[in-house]
Amino acid sequence: MITDHDVIVLGAGLAGMRAALEAARAGADVAIVTKVHPIRSHSSAAQGGINAAIGETDSWESHAFDTVKGSDYLADQDAVEVMCQEAPRDIIEFEHMGVIFYRAPDGRLGTRAFGGASQARTYFVGDITGQALLVTLYDQILKAGVKVYEEWYATALHMEDGECRGLVALEMVTGELHLLRSKAVIVGAGGLGRLYEPSTNALICTGDGYALAYRAGAPLMDMEMVQYHPTTLAGSGFLMTEAARGEGAYLLNSLGERFMKRYAPNKMELAARDVTSRAEATEIAEGRGIDGNVLLDLRHLGPDVILRKLPQIHEMALDYLSIDMIEDPVPVRPGMHYQMGGIKTDVDGATVVPGLYAAGEVACVSVHGGNRLGANSLLDTIVFGRRSGKVAADYAKNTPASTGGEVLLRNEQERLRELLSRPYTGETNAGLRLELAMMMDKLVGLYRDEAGLREALDKLEGFKKRYQTIAVGDKGRVFNQALTFSLELGYLLDCGETIIRSAIVRTESRGAHTRTDFPERNDAEWLKHILLTCRGEEEPELSYIPVTITRWQPEVRTY
Amino acid sequence: MQFTIEVGRYSPEGTYAENAVPGKPFPAPWDRSPARRYQTYTVDLPEHAVVLDALIAIREYQDQSLAVRCACRSAICGSCAMWINGHSHLACKSKLSAFTKEGKTRVESPPSMPIIRDLVCDMKPFWDKHLAVKPWLQNKQPVPPPNEEYRVSNASMEELIQEVSCISCSACLMDCESFAVNPDFLGPQALAQAYRYAGDPRDAETKERLAEYSKPGGIWDCTHCYECVTQCPKGVAPLDQILKLRKMAVDAGFTHNAGTRHADAFAESVRESGRLNELTLMPKSVGFFNIVDQIKTLPSAFNLIRAGKLPPLIHKKIPGVNRIKTIFERVGGRFK
Repeated sequence: MITDHDVIVLGAGLAGMRAALEAARAGADVAIVTKVHPIRSHSSAAQGGINAAIGETDSWESHAFDTVKGSDYLADQDAVEVMCQEAPRDIIEFEHMGVIFYRAPDGRLGTRAFGGASQARTYFVGDITGQALLVTLYDQILKAGVKVYEEWYATALHMEDGECRGLVALEMVTGELHLLRSKAVIVGAGGLGRLYEPSTNALICTGDGYALAYRAGAPLMDMEMVQYHPTTLAGSGFLMTEAARGEGAYLLNSLGERFMKRYAPNKMELAARDVTSRAEATEIAEGRGIDGNVLLDLRHLGPDVILRKLPQIHEMALDYLSIDMIEDPVPVRPGMHYQMGGIKTDVDGATVVPGLYAAGEVACVSVHGGNRLGANSLLDTIVFGRRSGKVAADYAKNTPASTGGEVLLRNEQERLRELLSRPYTGETNAGLRLELAMMMDKLVGLYRDEAGLREALDKLEGFKKRYQTIAVGDKGRVFNQALTFSLELGYLLDCGETIIRSAIVRTESRGAHTRTDFPERNDAEWLKHILLTCRGEEEPELSYIPVTITRWQPEVRTY
Repeated sequence: MQFTIEVGRYSPEGTYAENAVPGKPFPAPWDRSPARRYQTYTVDLPEHAVVLDALIAIREYQDQSLAVRCACRSAICGSCAMWINGHSHLACKSKLSAFTKEGKTRVESPPSMPIIRDLVCDMKPFWDKHLAVKPWLQNKQPVPPPNEEYRVSNASMEELIQEVSCISCSACLMDCESFAVNPDFLGPQALAQAYRYAGDPRDAETKERLAEYSKPGGIWDCTHCYECVTQCPKGVAPLDQILKLRKMAVDAGFTHNAGTRHADAFAESVRESGRLNELTLMPKSVGFFNIVDQIKTLPSAFNLIRAGKLPPLIHKKIPGVNRIKTIFERVGGRFK
């Protein structure tokens, strides 16, 4: 089936839905394509809050400086300025939409402290901020009557004369492939956490957006910058929000020491995430951990703060570790959490491919640089989601409708048929995915070096070969998840390759990228972004662009 | 530890014939699914594993054809609500050890929902109900300027956190007794969201909402079975929100409906006699002059008589009924 729209948004998390809402407001016929119902999107797992400098005691410049410093000076400062200047209005708009933000005694929005910030500027709803924003935005999508292709799974972008003009998607319920043509496509398909094991990310975070855009010719930037969150639950790896420390929780080692005093004497537990994660890893490596974990201690906050402001993590520790954090500290460790890099865009979400836009975690504007501050990711989604929606809708107004694409649709049908008909070889996508993800965590994780990264690249080449022989263990049409998992593994392999290749190239330590063989930051050589452009099955093309510096020269970074 | 899982399988393409055994069709007349077949798997997992761990292990390493929705694995995304041992639960929040009965755990798509495949049900009824309550803020005017928030108390926002905590998993609707017999009932989740907006001090259309929710299929169609409160994995307690809406609706004057008359008749009977007069409850609820609806209830009345449930024909007061009246007076409000 072939359907036409002005703008198609891939992904229905906060970035995707915010983009769709703005495009609809600009008069475009917009449709969302999403592989899960919008409410299931991983934005709902964001717990702690959303940053903005609102009020007279704070300034956007202060927020921007903290963000730039947090990024280890890799963020583009023009983009950071846009985000921090527009943050207050975007958050207030969500308040007007109905988000039940925490209030100060005077009835205005109230804040909590967060890591790497020079003052408390994080707005929140308990520890379910992402969910509160997501359900409110979904309800706005319903109100605006935006078309949602729900449980439709994108397999390829439709390119015509070098421009992006829609996509091909698999309707899960029928197993039918469709061509959805448009004048512009906005990718807001979220992160790639499944590339790492363990990860705080949901099973649906499989890098679809990165790989689809990369394959279509859009370069990926800063892919080596993978954030490890300091507090993920022992065992399962679920997220324990930074808001716990924002509310005053301690990190303790096996001696009961608040060890952060050695690493960040001023900010202590509220240092930036890369600093805190490395501190934990050092404590564990030097024998002061507890079974590979450190302890997150909330006991002194008391039951009132825990149950009213942090109920979700209280429930999770109880459910998955049988620990009541009111009574006992919770074992946590650093775990893969967020991809700072992504599809390179300008401040309007535009990529170098005409008609192709991106926003949210999948994009790299770049506002997070080498390390994202907590509560800046929700902000990124709503500011750049809005901007890309507006600009894509404007672009669509001056663009004629696409008429082709039948060939792509037939090719995709043929590709999936081939995938489904492969003989069983004993290779399963789950087994291969797990091997890949364990390898990434071990060799391309918190600490990296040349030898390990070379080994990782060799292994990845091997995985890619094995992937070519993978069989799909379900031959049905209806809701064939074995088929979509196989496609997702292909996306993950593309993402993994770009991360490893960028990490090999960057011979310095900056933000989340720590090279034990190059332990220092090297501003003389590396104040620049690494971009990779796909060249089919050949090695990707490597290029650089300098970091945009407007008013904050790089300084030594201490907390 | 070894766990045995019995999974209700179904595919519209009928591909499971070989190794699945036919299951007993669900006995309830409101089963909205075709017959499933039950397939047994054995998985080796740690003692604290949850049902979803087992399903993922099956899907990844034993049988790739098993369809199941899941994403976050930590009770946030709401994907994996299903029937576990005959009641709706989130698979990611249900410990296998607690749900092993007679050596096995039975998992299936809930019969109250149409099925797509295996553990994947059609959520359309659920989302349609959500949409039907107009789940968006109708902004109170004037809307503050773009750089200013509505000034409201933190207590008024915290009051709504319980409803905003809803992850739309549909566990409440899957086990809702009213929905089982009446597909038009808006159901617990939608009505909890209705309260989330009706109870928001920034909403301008509280009255319109209450009028709408008081119609048939709305707040008065709940039978207080408490299934939604029991099954909700996030403590939303939808029934409590429905009761808040009822109070708001009655206070706002939306009393010309069977639900309010039923509640009034109930209270009046208890106040006057200390016990429920079931003979007059029904006519008072539908309205004494509403002969058509009274006749419609006759089959139920005959069924009750056949089952020996006929209430006493002469209604007696309990001894000390005046003390009941005193309670009503002390409580105050509508029924004193």
